[in-house]
Amino acid sequence: MSDTATITPEQQAAVTKVPLVLNERTASWITSNISSIVEDKTPFWWWVAFCITSPVALFGLFCICYQISTGVGVWGENHPVGWAWDITNFVFWIGIGHAGTLISAILFLTRQKWRTSINRAAEAMTLFAVVCAGIFPGIHVGRFWMVWFLAPVPTSYKIWPNFRSPLLWDVFAVSTYFTVSVLFWYTGLVPDLATLRDRAKTGAKKFFFTLLALGWRGSNRQWRHYEMAYLILAGLSTPLVLSVHSVVSFDFATSLEPGWHTTIFPPYFVAGAIFGGFAMVLTILLPARLIYPQLKDVITKQHVDKMAKIILLTGSIVGYAYLMELFVAWYSTNSFEKFTFFHSRFNNDGSGYYQWAYWCMMTCNVVAPQVFWFKSCRSNLIWVFIICMFVNAGMWFERFVIIVTSLAQDFTPSMWHHYHPTWVEIWTFIGTFGIFLSLFLLFMRFLPMIAMSEVKIVLPEADPHHTVRQSGVGIEAHH
Amino acid sequence: MATDIKTVYGIAAEFPSAAALFHAAEKVRDEGFKHWDVHSPYPIHGMDKAMGLGKSWLSAIVLCGGLTGLATAFFLQTIPSTYLYKTIVHGKPTNLLPVPFSIPAFTPIMFELTVLFSAFACIGGLLVLNRLPQWYHPIFNWDRFEKATDNGFFLVIEARDPRFSENRTRQMLEEIGGLHVTLVHD
Repeated sequence: MSDTATITPEQQAAVTKVPLVLNERTASWITSNISSIVEDKTPFWWWVAFCITSPVALFGLFCICYQISTGVGVWGENHPVGWAWDITNFVFWIGIGHAGTLISAILFLTRQKWRTSINRAAEAMTLFAVVCAGIFPGIHVGRFWMVWFLAPVPTSYKIWPNFRSPLLWDVFAVSTYFTVSVLFWYTGLVPDLATLRDRAKTGAKKFFFTLLALGWRGSNRQWRHYEMAYLILAGLSTPLVLSVHSVVSFDFATSLEPGWHTTIFPPYFVAGAIFGGFAMVLTILLPARLIYPQLKDVITKQHVDKMAKIILLTGSIVGYAYLMELFVAWYSTNSFEKFTFFHSRFNNDGSGYYQWAYWCMMTCNVVAPQVFWFKSCRSNLIWVFIICMFVNAGMWFERFVIIVTSLAQDFTPSMWHHYHPTWVEIWTFIGTFGIFLSLFLLFMRFLPMIAMSEVKIVLPEADPHHTVRQSGVGIEAHH
Repeated sequence: MATDIKTVYGIAAEFPSAAALFHAAEKVRDEGFKHWDVHSPYPIHGMDKAMGLGKSWLSAIVLCGGLTGLATAFFLQTIPSTYLYKTIVHGKPTNLLPVPFSIPAFTPIMFELTVLFSAFACIGGLLVLNRLPQWYHPIFNWDRFEKATDNGFFLVIEARDPRFSENRTRQMLEEIGGLHVTLVHD
């Protein structure tokens, strides 16, 4: 009945893939080793890291309070550069917030089982990045207490927002994205919170996890709806994640500004977001893997290799988009477009104020990831980390180039103006890194950073037709 | 404390692996039981069929949520921008004849709210269908059950099932390979 008996060991070896979880770890190994990150005593390095990130976060919050209480004048914005670091940082962070949902949704729908090891941490990272992103549009309006004007609330003035404006679409897109990402993340967490609940010894911990796990019992009548919910959320999040950065790009693309007025912006922004997001996932997970050695069996070099390939692919798409922008500017014969894309970037006569930023972006985003063509570079974690740092910087420069370069030198040369950030802007940006990293450290410490129940599914023993090794109950292929 | 008479919730058995639980479920299904369940630390592929369960109708709830979101976005945008507070800006018409709204400009928010309401319906529907949150359940009284979220595989037949019989059900569970067969009280 079963054909499997005729397969020789050589044939088997030829088709066997490298397992997603190394060293033949069992389900109980995963439970105890991932839960231990939450359950054990807070490690020393955690305090060291938190003592660095939390003051930075607090100083960032101080800068925000200072800006709100004093006014946007504490920033370096001017005419014509009305958007500068604020929106650059917003787009930077929201872009980073794309990898998590991409991993949890698109890679789920495409049945990329390797996603299970990294999706929880990446989703958490997404949420924290969107938190950081959300700060900037809020505070850049100047009068922060008027920020509710963004929402369609019928007021005593009977003023409604302009529903035809991409800026309002952005409000809906980002808030929907954040809400749906939180729901998706929490849905995934419930079975793992139940695991922590069942392992908890002390009263407070038990109470905390019991409350959060909602009474999850892992019954198949529950899993049935749960799996459907997960599939639906993945299906909803897939177009959503693609739409968010498309809508962000509409903020620029629907204007007439040379450098912004580009139809390729939506796909180009989405590719860039995935590119930057994966770089940030690796930036965070590589040190985490070093600190918690048990993660090395779950987040393997195979995972790093695959993420590096995605970085290479999306980086090349971004590079293609950069070249296509140049082509369209040339092909359009529009003198303003040609000035923005060629004259200010390629002429060495000092006419382009931010030529250096453009070439930083090109080097970091297009040239640096090309080393990932080589397997030796993808498997060398130090190389991977360094390249990811280039990508992180490059993606920030990309948004700076798009926003500031275009605004500083647009149609009328008499209107041109340099822009310099003030210490408030610089520290607000550094502060968001503090917020982001502090939140991530808290997440690592208090919630399971690996989706245990999902990683268990990719173990061979999870297959109901798998022959059990130890019990000796050999079960044949079932039809 | 209150009473010595405990109601029997059901009989529970442990199985050594996902495969063993899968085959046990097929047998319990074939016996004709209705009120029973299996518990595992992760969803087991094909278990719905092994238990004789159909497709989850959560998707229907989500569809209703999505349509509500779509309609909400449509009216939220159309009513203010064409009747309450006409904003005629950047060349986008209020009246795109013959319909009194500008669909292209309204599409992004219609999409976003469709997704948002669908996601709410999905989570709400999931909680309702699974009857969560439910912090007390009789099965938690069984001390072995804490393994259900670690590496344990369990099958529980409830006492309210018409085919339930304390002795015969226990015997059947042992025959199909159940370990630690235990009477669980409410």
